[in-house]
Amino acid sequence: MSLQPETFKSLVKVAAEQVIASAPELTSLDQAIGDGDHGINMKRGFEAVLGKLDAISTQPLDEALKMIGKTLVMTVGGASGPLYGSFFLAAGEALSHDRHLPDDLADVFGSGVNAVSARGRSQAGEKTMLDVLVPVLETLRASAGQPDLIGRVRATAAEAVERTAPMQATKGRASFLGPRSVGHIDPGARSSCVLVHAVCASLEGQQ
Amino acid sequence: MTDTVGIVIVSHSKDIAKGTADMVRQMVGSEVKVAFCGGNPDGGLGTSVPLIIDAINDAWSAKGVAILVDLGGAETNSEMAVEMLEPARRDRVVVCNAPIVEGAVMAATEAAGGSSLAQVKAVAEELSAD
Repeated sequence: MSLQPETFKSLVKVAAEQVIASAPELTSLDQAIGDGDHGINMKRGFEAVLGKLDAISTQPLDEALKMIGKTLVMTVGGASGPLYGSFFLAAGEALSHDRHLPDDLADVFGSGVNAVSARGRSQAGEKTMLDVLVPVLETLRASAGQPDLIGRVRATAAEAVERTAPMQATKGRASFLGPRSVGHIDPGARSSCVLVHAVCASLEGQQ
Repeated sequence: MTDTVGIVIVSHSKDIAKGTADMVRQMVGSEVKVAFCGGNPDGGLGTSVPLIIDAINDAWSAKGVAILVDLGGAETNSEMAVEMLEPARRDRVVVCNAPIVEGAVMAATEAAGGSSLAQVKAVAEELSAD
């Protein structure tokens, strides 16, 4: 898996377009257990990323990830802005400090996951985006270098989203519902899965 | 204006932020700098990091700035905004764990007496104690 500038540009484009296309689904999931703005917020953020795609894709990869992060922070308008923003800012920062793709993919992704956890003061198991990001990180670590890594990551993310349904939320707006949050997929977990799947699809298309 | 801690009010709703600021000004007049923001970058309910950064700079005082927030996203976005400030200002801004209206009025009243940032934060947070 190599990451040439054109590959990266199309990867970001596909990921942003997938998030934008999933906005109605994210909205409907968030209306069930939150304030219903996750879809529109993510759409606003990733439209801003698309608007800066040319500038982003001419940067070195570390700076490009930081630019994506800052764009999300400044435009999303909900807690998901700083959460996803911190993921990309920290992943970019890891690449600025002697980490390289593809060898250090799990480490770089892990830096992003740690940043989300710190920003949200949250752990896996609380019905949040971490319930997708943490299992994906575990798969990246366990299956590093395997030929079917992308397929395993895709399956992990898909299964992880479903596992948020029986969880009771203890973080974020959904926690106000207490036991009534059970039975619904977490919108943040779903948007994380959309992003992970978009990256998988884009990388598979490049192979 | 003597130098007092500035107050920033961050709500998901601009109306709540403005109303809270009005209540603060009723207590402290112009003795304390008060800035507020509410709404996402499109003007709907939510919060916006650039607007929070502007509000912090508007309320800036050498003694620092105390931020009062309503729900989760306002807190997360405020913490992010603080981290994006220039380094010299970053350490002199705190997000208070307090109810937004009562916290803002209590914090501003304390600030008006010339208290430090830590004292202002402590007074606001007494409301969340126990």
